[in-house]
Amino acid sequence: MERGRLIRTMQAILGPEGVISEREELRSYECDGLMNYRVIPELVVLPETAEQVQKIVRVCYDEGIPFVARGSGTGLSGGALPVEAGILIVLSRMRRILEVDIPNQRVVVEPGVINMWVSNEVADDGYYYAPDPASQIVSSIGGNLAENSGGVHCLKYGFTTNHVMGAEVVLPDGSMVNIGGGKAPDAPGYELLGAFVGSEGTLGIATKITLRIVRKPESVRTLLAAFKDTEEAGGAVSGIIGAGIVPAAIEMMDALCIEAVETAVHPGFPQVGAILIVELDGPAAEVENQFEQTLKTCEENNASEIRVAEDDTERALFWKGRKAAFAAMGRISNDYYVQDSVVPRTELGTVLKKISEIGEQHGMRVANVFHAGDGNLHPLVLYDNNIPGEAEKAEEVAGEIVLTCLEHGGSLTGEHGIGVDKMKYMPKMFSEEDLNTFQLLRCAFDPHQICNPGKILPTPRLCGERPGPFRMHPVQKAGLAENF
Amino acid sequence: METRTKNVSLEDLQEIVGAEHAREATPDDAVDGIEPAFIAEPGSVEEASELLRFASGEGLAVAPRGGGTKVSLGNPPRELDLILSTARMNEVVEHVPGDQVVRVQAGMRLQDLQERLAGSDQMLGIDPPEEGATIGGIVAANSTGPRRYRYGTIRDLIIGIRVVLADGTVAKAGGKVVKNVAGYDLSKLFTGSLGTLGVIAECNFRLHPRPEAARTVAVELESTLAAGQAAQAILHSQLVPSAVELHWGEETRLLTVLIEGIPPAVEAQAETASYLLRGFGELMDGEAGSLAPSGAGDEVAIKISAPPAELTGILDSTLGACSRRGLTPRITGHAGVGVTYVALPGGDEEVAATEDEGTNATTPSEEAQVQVVEELREIWSRRGGSVVVREASPSFKKRVEVWGPLGSRLELSRRVKEKFDPRGILNPGRFVGGI
Repeated sequence: MERGRLIRTMQAILGPEGVISEREELRSYECDGLMNYRVIPELVVLPETAEQVQKIVRVCYDEGIPFVARGSGTGLSGGALPVEAGILIVLSRMRRILEVDIPNQRVVVEPGVINMWVSNEVADDGYYYAPDPASQIVSSIGGNLAENSGGVHCLKYGFTTNHVMGAEVVLPDGSMVNIGGGKAPDAPGYELLGAFVGSEGTLGIATKITLRIVRKPESVRTLLAAFKDTEEAGGAVSGIIGAGIVPAAIEMMDALCIEAVETAVHPGFPQVGAILIVELDGPAAEVENQFEQTLKTCEENNASEIRVAEDDTERALFWKGRKAAFAAMGRISNDYYVQDSVVPRTELGTVLKKISEIGEQHGMRVANVFHAGDGNLHPLVLYDNNIPGEAEKAEEVAGEIVLTCLEHGGSLTGEHGIGVDKMKYMPKMFSEEDLNTFQLLRCAFDPHQICNPGKILPTPRLCGERPGPFRMHPVQKAGLAENF
Repeated sequence: METRTKNVSLEDLQEIVGAEHAREATPDDAVDGIEPAFIAEPGSVEEASELLRFASGEGLAVAPRGGGTKVSLGNPPRELDLILSTARMNEVVEHVPGDQVVRVQAGMRLQDLQERLAGSDQMLGIDPPEEGATIGGIVAANSTGPRRYRYGTIRDLIIGIRVVLADGTVAKAGGKVVKNVAGYDLSKLFTGSLGTLGVIAECNFRLHPRPEAARTVAVELESTLAAGQAAQAILHSQLVPSAVELHWGEETRLLTVLIEGIPPAVEAQAETASYLLRGFGELMDGEAGSLAPSGAGDEVAIKISAPPAELTGILDSTLGACSRRGLTPRITGHAGVGVTYVALPGGDEEVAATEDEGTNATTPSEEAQVQVVEELREIWSRRGGSVVVREASPSFKKRVEVWGPLGSRLELSRRVKEKFDPRGILNPGRFVGGI
């Protein structure tokens, strides 16, 4: 479709305020939280209703135009990176909380609703929404759903996929389906919702999402423990988990991180080799008992200092420090390359040592902050873009770290997603047969491959020829795929 | 409907799995009265792959089978030639207690796995009551038990899977780490898929510590209203029970709350639970007797899924529909999550014998059962829930479709099936929408 006509078609659906077509304005949408990849979309559209989303997608389907959905644009893998000659569908105007159902412990929201708003909405009833990615004050529920976002509390409470109970989805052909039981459990049929959550926007667009909310725990206790190095801290973690305790959160930061965070937000953390933040929550009798055990374990592992949060303010300060880790890197380095690898917890010690060796070999600094309970690492490779060759070296170091994690039985990504960023490593984790099988699912949802194409799977295979005169597929046109 | 052996002989199968591991089927191997020709037991993923590749080439209809505890689930098969049993693939592949992760072959029985994990004070947080159920079967049937209240269902516990597709392709998804968003979550897609997308060969799960102590607090319910209110009181408290269960028979009417954990926490919470429940009836200690389905051939067992706050409505509608037709149901349920199991007894044997002249004659009691199920399905589908027939005679299944309406999901579900099993050889006809 010719550009002018496309603009008019979209304006007819959304009104002129719903369509952005001027190049300078389109620029603001050229990337998400991953800023080393930028693509200016053909058009940006901002629907306000599910029906509008359907109409937009229907036009894309009929005309063979690829599209990408975007929530708040805070993703770290390029999931909302626009596609060349494609439309960017921004969902931030669909931001209503549609229903709060305390008796059934459910909240129904539009995809643009910010994560934190959900907890705020139900706080007075004594409830909260458990998945808490560090971006929760800006990231959207729709985005969380696409990436199956985690957060510091996911060892105990699970991920977004364990808290999304239903969704209304616009499929890439413009039709609408309801997947998951919503308020009722065990909807008969395939677990389509489970496959959809974490599919990085490649299977459709959720326009209504039913979330599960959780009763606030009776008691919460948080401590911060200082150790000589990550190895000692790791010993404490093993001790805690080994005692059968499931902490609500257990986070570790190394010296570089601690330094950066202190410069940025001044939480007053001890300047040591490694610190652990451990939080226990649950019934009071259980927390009291297990907290004592945790304190003892930290002492047994030579903690040089242990601080117990006396109240909510102090607790919030501990977490402020931890959650500011990425942003704080800017204080000690011009640029950084953030990673999101996972290794089995028992391999953490070995892998951390290897990461430090890799950094040394290339003469680069690597700061480490991670979810010690589940082995999700965020090595931050620090570099200066002004120095020629540093960016490439940083990427190389990052790549070696990823491969090391895979070698130790881990995964490419614990919570940020594959997007474009980690696509090239997919064949290192999955065989050709595995990738083809992923493709089967994708083709079932999106046979014409117009929904966020070029993400997750490297060299996508097309889903089968369409009968009729030959029309070059937009993905093919964009140089993103070959026809097999 | 007969099965066809097509041009396949037992020797063809024995060549793949070994002479002792393939045999002709017996009436015991029938699924809803449909008897297959053969049973084969592969000993490895590779053998399973070869078997399926062969079956695909010959157009054989295949039903995977673990412990055979859920064979009655689903519509009767449209065709059935071969049962692929996972009985020989029954080992733990890897258990790392420090990671709280286990990798296990699909044919291992849950009870054996739990015993093995108990040695490290760990457990898989799933407790379906059926003895002999295998891991693969539990995943494929989405089997659950009371502890789903705390630990979730199998989809919340599975972190990796290895499957064999209909054409023999072996593929994996997920991994052995709890936190993993690389690739599509096929582990979840396969939960509840009833063997229609592929044969599950291996599963990886996250584990939990085994609780040290346990106590059950129960209250005798005076009314259906009390049942609903008691359940709500527990749900909205700050207790963390392992299970909240309902038993509603003719004599026993209980809501039970299972508290597990370290001894001081169990004591404290049991006290709180007692305090919360005493307003709804007489408190009792200990477990309730089993109200499990009797397994009698003419009994119809259904599962009602509905929003948990509707418990009173579920009881009232069920009791009402039954009493109007002279049936006395046995009701149990996971009251905390909105799942209710209803067993509708069959009728008078003598009446059945005299009335059942033709092959398609319906007994008065079966007619009553049909009406009850249809009424409940109509009510609860409208309220966003579902009614699924879990066990019934083939004649009942002819009259009442097992799964219920799928609505907007049907088209998409068909496409998923078509992609994974284009020739439709895996459990044809047994799943939703006749898939």
